[in-house]
Amino acid sequence: MVPASWLGVRPQPETIPTGIPQVDKLTGGVPRGGLTEIFGPASSGRTSLLLALMAQATAQEEVCALVDASGAFDPHSAAAAGVDLQRVLWVRCEKVSRFKFHVSRTPRETSNVKREMFSRVEQALRAADLLLQAGGFGLVVMDLGDIPPAIARRVPLASWFRFRRAVENTATALVVVEQEVSAKSCASLVLKTQQSAVSNQQSAKTRIVPTHTRLLCGMQLEIEVLNSRISQRKPVRSATTSFESRASWFG
Amino acid sequence: MNATIYVPDFLVAAVVRLEPALREKAVAVLEGEPPVVTVAAMNEAAAEAGIEPGMTKLQAAAYPVELRQRSPAQEAAAHAVLLDCAQAFSPRVEDTAADTIVLDIAGLERLFGPPAKLAQDLARRASELGLEANVAVAANPDAAIHAARGFASVTIIPPGKQAERLGSLPVDVLQVAPEILQTLDRWGVRNLRALAALPEVAIVERLGQEGLRLQKLARGAVERPLVPAEPPLEFEETMELEHAVELLEPLAFVLGRLLEQLCARLGARALATNELRLMLDLDAAQIEDSPRDRVIGRSGHRVIDSAVNSMTRSPDAPMTRFIRLPLPMLDSRLFLKLLQLELRAHPPAAPVMKVTLSAEPVQPRPGQGGLFLPATPAPDRLELTLARLAGIVGKQKIGAAEVLDTHRPDAFQMKRFAPSAPQGLKPRRESGDREIGSSEHLKTDHLMTRSPDPAMYSTMALRRFRPPLAATVEVRDGEPVRIAAGEIRGEVASVSGPWRNSGEWWKSTETTPRIDTDDHGSNWARDEWDIAVPGTQGIALYRIYRDLASSAWFVEGTYD
Repeated sequence: MVPASWLGVRPQPETIPTGIPQVDKLTGGVPRGGLTEIFGPASSGRTSLLLALMAQATAQEEVCALVDASGAFDPHSAAAAGVDLQRVLWVRCEKVSRFKFHVSRTPRETSNVKREMFSRVEQALRAADLLLQAGGFGLVVMDLGDIPPAIARRVPLASWFRFRRAVENTATALVVVEQEVSAKSCASLVLKTQQSAVSNQQSAKTRIVPTHTRLLCGMQLEIEVLNSRISQRKPVRSATTSFESRASWFG
Repeated sequence: MNATIYVPDFLVAAVVRLEPALREKAVAVLEGEPPVVTVAAMNEAAAEAGIEPGMTKLQAAAYPVELRQRSPAQEAAAHAVLLDCAQAFSPRVEDTAADTIVLDIAGLERLFGPPAKLAQDLARRASELGLEANVAVAANPDAAIHAARGFASVTIIPPGKQAERLGSLPVDVLQVAPEILQTLDRWGVRNLRALAALPEVAIVERLGQEGLRLQKLARGAVERPLVPAEPPLEFEETMELEHAVELLEPLAFVLGRLLEQLCARLGARALATNELRLMLDLDAAQIEDSPRDRVIGRSGHRVIDSAVNSMTRSPDAPMTRFIRLPLPMLDSRLFLKLLQLELRAHPPAAPVMKVTLSAEPVQPRPGQGGLFLPATPAPDRLELTLARLAGIVGKQKIGAAEVLDTHRPDAFQMKRFAPSAPQGLKPRRESGDREIGSSEHLKTDHLMTRSPDPAMYSTMALRRFRPPLAATVEVRDGEPVRIAAGEIRGEVASVSGPWRNSGEWWKSTETTPRIDTDDHGSNWARDEWDIAVPGTQGIALYRIYRDLASSAWFVEGTYD
């Protein structure tokens, strides 16, 4: 028998920490058995947060899978962030095509690009489905970060429901990285990333400031929890924290 | 003690082994080249139907029997199966004939029980491997051979009772020369009891030493040492198809049968495999006639396949495909699925005439996971998932990335994804006076928490454009001030650089950026810049570079 007073509190699910204390304090980590969305524009720190999460997961000897819809994953950045690449299955959905010199595209070329994007998203969805059905992965990531929101929005809600059902009651955490929210109510945790400042370092030894003495040090990032269904029945809304993302060469 | 496994109607059994549906039917095996094709062997049902050895194919076709062509490859495989079956019980095995194997079972009681049980197990194992065999146990090899040839199913002859038990068998089980058999028949000697009862001197006078040998055999009194054979560890199954197979689905049935037999043989020797080799002999005439895009598809439609370049070989050479597994496995259904996916990705260029499947035998992996270790994908399911993923995105697009030891930008290679099994996290030694070995020095709460120490910051990541985006960059006083590259457009708010990056000057120059990052055949020289471009959603940071050979600008990626 469960007392009625307990019904309002869900049991705390297992989570994978991100390794960034501010974010872990705010969110409690990324829930296993649920879908987490990390979204934001370019240079908002989505990938930095993702790599931190993957580094934590691989350090715990988890096997991870990254479904990369646009082939944007940089193994060097991942290695610098501490990700054990041996434990990451990288599925590249990019299409190999001969390089062409062009700056602007004709309408026909634009149409081809859109078709290719659709194809990539479809490949990514099928690949993610296979990985979730296979089981045994601690973390499955779908990176739609470079897919235009107009195309990502066309992913049917049924797909997200299917993914949520596939990871439910498993030890797998499904993370989707994108530019705008797509999974809507299927997500257990929705994180919005934002860049608040760019930090550069300049040489203090000379008054002349040539460009090569300026160094990109990193970014100041903000994480906002837009929706969390992890522990409370009532979704949590709008809690914010900030942290720093440093360039690997800065140390 | 010796046991003998004997397969009656071996030629028929070798055919029926791969076609279990024929077990209950009348089957005759034909041999010879047209137009002289005659019946070489038949089973009991076919003999009862009226088939006789030497009948022509036309004559045999008039009877309600299944006719099959004799296949030396299938007979060799069936013989190998018999050897595998015997080797599973005893290391001392004599390869007496294609249909007869003798094994020394002395001292095996503690392992397999009394001889009667061992004989039953032998018969059951042979049946599981697709061969219905007679098994006999006797004190000497020859008595066991004759008992197996003469009595159906399982026969146990206690020591000293050979003459009594063999007596009822006809003389022809001794496989004597026809003229001696004729002589014995004229004497009225038709079974071994009658032969054994003849006076020795009289037999020697009339039939010579051969007659004496036959009499000793009839009494079961010939003692000879066993000649052990050491069969090579080769596991190969072949099926020659009467009609060329054009579709993948019927081919899968054939592969399924072969795989089941192969796995059963490996299992009988307590082995597994980590490499399967599939050889398909194709219809050479159709290869020559067919254009390059004529290949079979799953549903019979003609499919154009870019991987037909795997067919660049002489028309007579078989098509060969390999399935390499990260771990030894023994699951015929998994193997079948992997082969199906492989053939779907690389279909044969012509109808298939002959299928040969071989497996590399290895010791099976010990499978015992830890209770407190994180779950990992099951190796067989992972392998199947990888094969399916390869069908979606391509084989070269999945795997584990490995960073190469070079300064070349974006230098990495894709390796086969085979994560090592979790080793468990080593418990920390607590400081203080706790002794090693005491249960207190192990802190189980550390088992699942071997994480890097949390930092107050994350590492900035680069999201790459593959291939790099061609850009138009306006430069003022040596600095980029405006950029246009597809969707990326605007004034440059801040810039740092240039950082010169070059290498491998001794190689050829290639102005066009390489898409395939595995190909590192050219040198590179470039100036890199990190720029901030304000946009509608905030400031975006990009890494751009100018290729020094072509003076062209590219956007390499976004800092994110």
